[in-house]
Formats: sequence, C-alpha cells, structure tokens
Amino acid sequence: MNFKHKYVFLLPGLIVLIGILIFPIIFTVRLSLSGWNSFNPGLDFIGFKNYVRLFTDDPRFWQSFFRLSFLAITTVFLQYIIGFALAHMVWKDIKFKRFFRVLFLIPMMTTPVIMTVIWRTFFHESLGPLNDFLSIFGVQPPWLSSPSLAKVSIIVVEVWQWTSFMFLLMLAGLLSLPKEPFLAAAVDGASPFKKFIYVTFPLMAPISIGAIIIRLIEASKIMDTVFVLTSGGPGTSTETSSFFIFIKGLREFQMGYAATASFTYLIIMIISLTIIVKVLTKVLMRE
Amino acid sequence: MKLKTLISALASVLLIGSQVAHADKWGDQFPHIAATGDIPGMCSYESMSKKDYSGRTLTINTHAIPVMGEPTALHAEQFEKLTGAKVEVTHTPAGDLYSKAMVPFQAGQAPYDIVFGFSNFINDWKRYLAPVPQEYVDQMEGVSASHKAIASWDGVMYQYPVDGDRHYLKYRKDVIDNPEMQAKYKADTGNELKVPTTWKEYGEMASYFNGWDWDGDGEPEYGSAEVMKKDDLMYAAFYSRSVAYAKNPSTPGGFFFDLETMEPLINNPGFVEALTDWVDAVNYVPPGGINFGLGDEINSFGGGQTLFSFSWDDAFVAAMQPDSPISNQVGAAQLPGADKVWNRENGMWDAKSNQAPFFVWGWAVGVAGKSDNKDVAFDYLCFFANGANHQADIGIGRFGVNPFMEEDFKADVWTQIGWDKDIAQSYVETLADMEKSTNRVFPLRVPGTFEFNSALATGTAKALAGQLSPQAALDEVYAEWVAILERVGADNVRDAYAVGVKMEDNEL
Repeated sequence: MNFKHKYVFLLPGLIVLIGILIFPIIFTVRLSLSGWNSFNPGLDFIGFKNYVRLFTDDPRFWQSFFRLSFLAITTVFLQYIIGFALAHMVWKDIKFKRFFRVLFLIPMMTTPVIMTVIWRTFFHESLGPLNDFLSIFGVQPPWLSSPSLAKVSIIVVEVWQWTSFMFLLMLAGLLSLPKEPFLAAAVDGASPFKKFIYVTFPLMAPISIGAIIIRLIEASKIMDTVFVLTSGGPGTSTETSSFFIFIKGLREFQMGYAATASFTYLIIMIISLTIIVKVLTKVLMRE
Repeated sequence: MKLKTLISALASVLLIGSQVAHADKWGDQFPHIAATGDIPGMCSYESMSKKDYSGRTLTINTHAIPVMGEPTALHAEQFEKLTGAKVEVTHTPAGDLYSKAMVPFQAGQAPYDIVFGFSNFINDWKRYLAPVPQEYVDQMEGVSASHKAIASWDGVMYQYPVDGDRHYLKYRKDVIDNPEMQAKYKADTGNELKVPTTWKEYGEMASYFNGWDWDGDGEPEYGSAEVMKKDDLMYAAFYSRSVAYAKNPSTPGGFFFDLETMEPLINNPGFVEALTDWVDAVNYVPPGGINFGLGDEINSFGGGQTLFSFSWDDAFVAAMQPDSPISNQVGAAQLPGADKVWNRENGMWDAKSNQAPFFVWGWAVGVAGKSDNKDVAFDYLCFFANGANHQADIGIGRFGVNPFMEEDFKADVWTQIGWDKDIAQSYVETLADMEKSTNRVFPLRVPGTFEFNSALATGTAKALAGQLSPQAALDEVYAEWVAILERVGADNVRDAYAVGVKMEDNEL
C-alpha cells in the first residue's frame, strides 16, 4: 500500500474539521476586521478599528464580562456543592435510592427556555405564586426589578437547572471509586467526616476538576436564562457577554463588531479556563 | 335619457344584489367574516376565488401568535382554500423579525416571499423589497394619507398597509368620570380629577391611585402600566413621553436630530425632563412594572390593574372586548402634553401648552425583491387587508390589527361590535385628531435605526433601574448616537431623516 493512502482516509475527517471548526473561526476573525452592519453589508477591511473600540471605548462589554464571571463562578460553585452533596446522599444505601437518583436528574432533562418561562411566572412580582405566598408574611421582594435580586433569580434558575448535571457526574465518580481506601479508613476507625475529607474528596478530585470545567464552559455562555428572565435588565444589571454579543450582532446588526467581541471573548475564555484548570489541579490534587 | 337612467339603476340594483349574494355565501363559508360577509373589491373573497394558484407555494415569516401571527395564519388558510396555493407560515418572536429577514437579504437569498416586520425597518429593508405594484396602490382608496406615507419611501410604496399604529392615552373612565372619586381626589389633593392633559397631571393622578383597591375588587390597583422592559419596544414609550417636551412646532427641522448639523437632540432638556418623569413613574407602576413588555402592559391595563396606560391600540381594544373585566369602562384621549416645551434655537423653555401625537410605527409587511412568487404574494397581502378581513380583524385585540382606513375612524364600526356610543366616539375622535394635528412626530426611519433605538433603550433602562441619572443616561445615549452617525455616515442618515422631517414639518 502506498504510504500516501493514509492521508486519503484522513481527508473526510479533515474536511469536517475545517468545515465546522476552522472555517467559522477564520470567518469570525475576518468579519471582526470589517464594518459589516445593516447599512454596509460586506467584508470591507477596516483594520483593527473594532478592536480599538472594544478595548478603549466600550465599558459595557467589560461590565458584562465581569458580571458573567461572577454569575458563572457563583452558580458553578453552588452546583458543585449541592450536586456533590446529593450524589453523596444517594451513593449510600438509603430508602428509595433509585427514585431519588431519577428525581434529581429531572431538571436537567427539561428544556431550559421553557423552564425559564415558568420561573419567570414564578418570580412575577404582582401575579406570581412566590410573592403571593410571601405576602402572607408581609413581604413582596422585587425579584426581577431590583438589580441585585435579579442576579439572585438568575443564579437560582441556573442552579436548579444544572445541579443535576453536576450530580450525575459526581455520582458516576463516586460509583467508580475503589473500595479498598474506604475499608482501610474503616479499619483505622475514621469518622464519616474524616472519611469524606481524607478519602472521598481527594479521590474525587480529578472528576471534580472535570465536572467544574465542563460546567464553567457551559455557564460562561449563559444566554437563554438571561434572555427570557430579565432581558439583561433592569438596566444592564444582568447583561452577560453572550447577551451583549447577541444584542450587537442580531438586534443592532453590527456584525463586524459582534464578531470582534466574540473572538475577544473566545480568547479570554481560553486563557481564563487554562488558568482555572491549573489552579484547581494545584489546589484539589495536592498531596 | 330617462330610459338609460332606468336601465343603469336596474343594473346597479342587480350588481348590488349579486354582491350581497356573494357576501352571504362567503360569510357562511368563512365564519371570520360572518358579521359583514364579503365586501366587493379587487381582493375580496369572490375575486380571490377566481384565481388559480395550484402548485404554487408561498412562504411567509410573521410574528408569533397571536399578535399579527394569528391573522397571518388565518388568512393564509383562507387564501389556500380560495386559490389552491400552498402557504407556509413561520412564526418568529418580534425581536428576531428584523434579523431573520436581513440575514438572507444580505446574502442575496429569499427564503421568505413575504416578511413581516415594523414600519421603521423600511430604510434598511427597502433595497431588498419589491415595490407594491401600482394596481394594488390604486385600490387603497380608503387608506389614510399618513399611513400611505409611512409605508412609502420617496413616493414608492414598499410596505403593504395592514396595520396602523399610534400611541395615545387610555384611562379608566369609571374612575376619572366618577363624581365620588372626583370629590375624593379634590378633597385629598386640591386638584381636579379629569383626563390628564399634561404628564405632570398624569403622574399626580397615577401616584394618587397607586397601591390601593379603588375599584372594590379586593385587590390593590396601580397608577399606570407602561412598556419599560429593555429591548421590548421601551424606546417607543420613551418617545411618547418626550414629544410633549421636545417637539416644538416653532422649531422645525428635526425632533431626533438637528437636520442641518445632524447633532443628536436626545440629551436636550426636553428629553431629560421626559426621562425624569419616567423615572418617577417607576413608583406608580404595578410591582414588577419595570419589566413590563407590551404583552404585560396589554394584560395589566386590559385586566383592570391600572388607571392609565399609553401605547398602541391593542390594550384599548383588548380592554373593550366583551370578556374584559373593564369592557366599556375605558376612555381614549390624546397623549398628555406639557406646560412648557424646549426651544432648541434659543436654548430656553417656551412657557406654552404643547401636545404632539406620536405616530409609532406599526406592523408592516413587504414582498422580497428576489421572490419568484411576487404575484401570489401581493394577492395574499391584498386579500389579508381586504374590507371584510380588515373589519373583522380590527375588532379582535389580540390580532394587533389597528385602524388605518378612513372607514375605521367612524364610530359606527365600533358600536357594531358592542362598544358604547360615547366610547366609540371618543376613540375615533382621538384617532382622527391625531391625523389632523400639525405637530406630529413620526418614527425614526434611518439607516441603523435599530442601533439608535437600542442605544436609547439601554440608556433609559439604566435610568429607570437607578444605575444613572436621567441627564447622565441621555448623555451616554448622545455619545453613542454620535458614534453611530460616524459609523453609518451622517450624510446617509441625514438623507433618510429628511423624509421624516418633511412629514413632521407638514411639507409632505
């Protein structure tokens, strides 16, 4: 067989890779160097004008990025704590273990947009059931009208929706742990707390890092929840990077500038997540 | 001669008779027009039934159900039955109508023969749309002049008139006209309770009637329902509040920009005063009112939750429907005005009463220039807006089809569907007076309209949320508008804006 034939076999995969990954990125970079908007559609070349505008004259983009960072880190942290706790609970032999395992997975199986519409109704300040109930105690929090509570509402919805995913990964990790370290800890008379701190948690470190990174990648794209629940409001208090890019690109039709924001955001995320992986590995997998 | 006249009269009787027969036939077959039957015309049921579009497929991108989406689908089904054409209707959320058409337009494609949007898209869309053929324009005798102007650009009609929208005041007649309430209000505030003629009066009354059960239904009611949600048409609500303070008939030459210099006027004291009022309004809207989109506003006022509202006809028509708890208890009036108006020429307030109607864009629809089915598409649109369909559609609040025909401004049209005579009269007079006004403001229809309005929505939303003061928020909008002018080109914007200014200055 001719040595070069192996390239022929690689070709289909290579074409798919170029088509779905390389081409869109290259096109986005090219688009980011153009002034494509509703009035001037087309790939003209304006140099780095869009990048200069983004870095020197658009605090809204950076505010949305820092807001996103806060929302993503907070929600993933809460999802990790709750997901791990629930997984730990049903890992043990408890009654109705199978029922709870399925129950905890339900939120993840629902459609995010539909669930967010339901949550929006739930949080509705004059017609929603939550404030209707709370009015018994004389309080009616402005869930979606106050900048701080609107963020809390988004966190609640995100945690409710995606803790299941964390639960699933952590449960899979717990079920795959070897029994010997636990037997050794039992022989040494370790308390349940010490068993968790010195055995379970360190053994779960690799899967924890994987789960946190997967969720951080997903959480950094928070869009549907914000879109449906608050539309980035009140004001711009819940606007995230994805929502900002959506507004610039598909509402205002500043395609060139939206591509600039997208590509910059991609680079920032790659750098940030690389650093986070290194830090998590160092912290969670230390001796 | 007499014989000729007699024959002519007999012929007319026979013709009318045959039309009535058709009306009965079509009214029986299509319950939607049962009240009127078919109304003769170029695009009547009878005329359409004679067309044969078998084997042709028409694609339409329209709004989500119900507003405009429901009548689009209903008339598509009727059109299929009459002509044999296949009509595929896609429903899209309001915010995505623009991009869903623009992306293929810019790529040189026409996945939809017909695209629904808003009339202020006209400047960005017109180069991709087919002009409405003259034969269709000629049969639009009943369409109001202002609406024809909104649907056209440089004398060429690109958008087929199916809806006419304007903002006006809606109020609870059972409260404002109630002598007991008037006495109570007078005793408590020292002021008269009447239909507010200024935004200050509107704010005072709305504040007074906020947070207590003034209609005895066991639930608290509130002052006003307004569209305050960012990216949900809030900029239109802000313009409605601004016109009284910033549209000065003594200073023609632009409301949004100074046409000569293209200097944005958006942060002048007139607009700042309006935004200051609007920030105060956060205190008299229902809980969560700062997040009200148009649907919430319609439901809130239409459901009897507030004293006032101002926006499109939909809320008023919804409130007047028989299933509404406040049916026949609402009134319509011009948007409130102001006791002063900003004079940008001398940089001072003119201390005079000022009121300006705002002709907000309405639903608009066009046919793609690259469509292979333009003939079918224009027939569909003509059928959509034919006399029988139009009369049936305007009486259903959720349809979002509002008056734009001269005929619609007659009270009888509305009393026939159950409205009280005085309410119908005040409604049509309100609409007709807007048509007659010489101090009107038309929507911004320039290249990059979406950028300008989005920047305004962001700035005003920040002020409503307390993130910025009204002046700081509008200064931010001003800076953004200057940047947009630079990107799009001030001359390009000026050319387009001049058309709107001519309409506002009564030169068209």
